[in-house]
Amino acid sequence: MSDSHADVLRESPWTGGGSPYSIGSKKLGMWLFIVSDTLTFAALLLTYSYCRLTNPNWPKPFPIFNAIVFTTIMTVVLLGSSLTMVMGVAAAHRGNRASTVKWMLATMLGGAIFCGLHATEWMHLIHDGLTPFSNKYGGSPLFGATFFGITGLHMTHVAIGVIYLGIVATGFGRGKFSAEDVEVSGLYWHFVDLVWMFVFPMIYLMSVKY
Amino acid sequence: MTTHAGAVHAHEAPQGFIRKYIFSLDHKVIGKQYISLALFSAFVGMFLSLLMRMRLAWPTMKLPFFPDGILPEQYLAMVTMHGTIMVFMVLTTAPQSGFGNYFLPIQIGAADMAFPVLNMLSFWTTLLSLVVLMAAFFVSGGAPLGGWTVYTPLSAIGQIAGPGQGLGMTLWVIAIAIFCGASLMGAINFIATTLDLRSRGMSLMRLPLTVWAWFITAVISLLAFGVLLAAGILLLLDRTAGTSFFIPGNLVLTDKVIPHKGGSPILWQHLFWFFGHPEVYIAILPGMGLASHVLSTFSRKPVFGYRAMVFAMSSIAFLGFIVWGHHMFVSGMSPYVGLAFSVLTMSIGVPSAIKTFNWLGTLWGGDIKFTTPMLFALGFVSLFVSGGLSGLFLAQTSIDQYLHDTYFVVAHFHLIMGVAAIFGIFTGVYFWFPKMFGRMMSDTMGKLHFWLTFVGVYAIFMPMHFIGLAGHPRRYADGSGAAYLASMDPVHVFMSVAAFVTIAAQFIFLFNFLWSIWKGKKADINPWQATTLEWGVPSPPPHDNFAGHEPPVHRGAYEFAVPGVADDYIMQTTPPEKVAKA
Ligand code: HEM
Ligand SMILES: [Cu+2]
Repeated sequence: MSDSHADVLRESPWTGGGSPYSIGSKKLGMWLFIVSDTLTFAALLLTYSYCRLTNPNWPKPFPIFNAIVFTTIMTVVLLGSSLTMVMGVAAAHRGNRASTVKWMLATMLGGAIFCGLHATEWMHLIHDGLTPFSNKYGGSPLFGATFFGITGLHMTHVAIGVIYLGIVATGFGRGKFSAEDVEVSGLYWHFVDLVWMFVFPMIYLMSVKY
Repeated sequence: MTTHAGAVHAHEAPQGFIRKYIFSLDHKVIGKQYISLALFSAFVGMFLSLLMRMRLAWPTMKLPFFPDGILPEQYLAMVTMHGTIMVFMVLTTAPQSGFGNYFLPIQIGAADMAFPVLNMLSFWTTLLSLVVLMAAFFVSGGAPLGGWTVYTPLSAIGQIAGPGQGLGMTLWVIAIAIFCGASLMGAINFIATTLDLRSRGMSLMRLPLTVWAWFITAVISLLAFGVLLAAGILLLLDRTAGTSFFIPGNLVLTDKVIPHKGGSPILWQHLFWFFGHPEVYIAILPGMGLASHVLSTFSRKPVFGYRAMVFAMSSIAFLGFIVWGHHMFVSGMSPYVGLAFSVLTMSIGVPSAIKTFNWLGTLWGGDIKFTTPMLFALGFVSLFVSGGLSGLFLAQTSIDQYLHDTYFVVAHFHLIMGVAAIFGIFTGVYFWFPKMFGRMMSDTMGKLHFWLTFVGVYAIFMPMHFIGLAGHPRRYADGSGAAYLASMDPVHVFMSVAAFVTIAAQFIFLFNFLWSIWKGKKADINPWQATTLEWGVPSPPPHDNFAGHEPPVHRGAYEFAVPGVADDYIMQTTPPEKVAKA
């Protein structure tokens, strides 16, 4: 079709000054960040799968069996913190500042507990001889490399999230940030949880001894 | 903040030198900072290529700083740094972050980018990345040796693999990881700006093709750099934390068994090229958008097949993500996988051909004005075709078994990626200079620069096809090791002389550029009689571009030679009642 001439007299269907997708730039920016970060984690998880499939001596099952109970608790804590975050965002949209801050603090607590438990698990594993470059249990040392690489990057995301939520909660409590800012931080938090929902089955559950 | 971000992001004009020119939030200043960074990097990269050409033509020649001539290790370090600097610091920054930053907000009628602070941050992170990369020259052992693709395992095992593979290689990985962060920030900003900040009436199908190209490039960056970041992290872990993602077991090097086990060097190739192929489109797409824009402006005709251009760019972007295996035909992949990659790769020829024929269609019957930017845009089309055709040879697994890692590949990617994208950058400089500096560049010097460069690059890169076909491998410091290579020495001499002349011609450009900033002829607000929004604001545009209001847009970007209208162009901002009848 002729794109130029036909348009001369046609009015544009959209005449607003605001955003056409009724999504603020900050929220859009966070979604885009999530897309790119998804690609980063996808690459790492593919690396893990590739190593696991191509290594004949991949350590299956997971070296520490009782860890799965432990990790399940971690997972529950992290998922629970997504729930409190939802409550926080809802409170923010109702305009209830005090309640928002409370729910966000609960979320941060969940994140902090997750990191604490995760660090404990790491210490145990390292103590028992699983490091990024060695595996006392036998089997490929790449297990440790992928394990620490992926969970380490994820833990960094959780830790950054706790700080980020702290900043947003403080700012929202003081009336400096809007409900949308809380919602955007919530997007990040749910994303970090969602990543864990891939890490947990792929790295832990698939390695459990039944 | 409400849910509506608001299209006008006017912030106060900053006072003081530092806020105005150094830590500026103004997208135009940031754009110029990016262009300066790219210009500096281009001259460094070019200087390295000159040294390499000297070594190839006259292997034993003594040079200042190289009393024994250039050693083979030094040659490899130059190959690596030349490629890395040119691909990342020039071709990725200038067309996208440089011109995109400056002109995307103006062309869509916005006062600034969606996230000005993020924008500033992404420039400064890019600069940090450049500094870290350059530092590799000065550390002990020097710059890394593995080429811009830094193939594993030699890039993963440290100093034992060669002098530059120690600290220099580590700095390379860190620099690239930082660069990934900077590019991701930029990509988020470009996408959000294009979607959210368009002024009233600027529907998607009215966007200039330049904006479409920047937008699609940003989407590619968003998806590709995240993967390179992951690959970089893994490589860094291999180098510093003792992991062996990319290092196979029982690897023996200089009589030593490397104490790693179980990794896969091919994994690096997959991760790298999953980024690497999209990256070549990151480099070329902005040039494609600009070529379409400039060809239409100086043919005084609408772009032929505007919609087809948008769809072609989008499908190139999509296909670009599923063809990475064509760089790995000789990596031992299954022939069936190779066949799939081969077919997919050749299918990119379809949208590429659509673009080429639309460019020709735009020129067809036009009232062509041979200005300097127009010459460079035509040169872009020429180089894109010449370089693209050799891609179709390389895309066939059976032919590539032979051509892989020969000079044929060097010819292919220099014509299509290196020089075509550089011609895109030159098109942008000559076309937008009047808007950016309020003065014209000298047309005489511009044309001289064009002809010397155009003939020069063909003289450098065409012969590479032939020595490639004759079996000359790439990344060899000289051909003295084999008799059949020595017989190609005269070709090397010819190419080196051509390179010398071409590089000298770039100083004409540099002089023209600097001289015109201060001494050029004063430019009108719209010297090219172009239609898009940047030509309706003063040159250079004021701090918030449109003095606080949003310019309403009434029509598409390429209304040239509209029948029944007095002028041969209508600005996008001209309302229907103001269009003078013929
Ligand atoms: C029809 C389009 C194209 C086809 C079929 C094609 C095909 C290929 C193939 C098969 C190779 C691998 C050759 C080998 O290493 O043995 C290759 C390499 C390369 N291509 Fe293309 N290509 C096309 C377009 C482009 C474009 C548009 C660019 C850049 C703007 C580009 C940049 C490169 C680069 C940089 C390399 C070499 C990378 C390296 O090994 O250092 N290609 N191309
Ligand atoms: Cu490719």
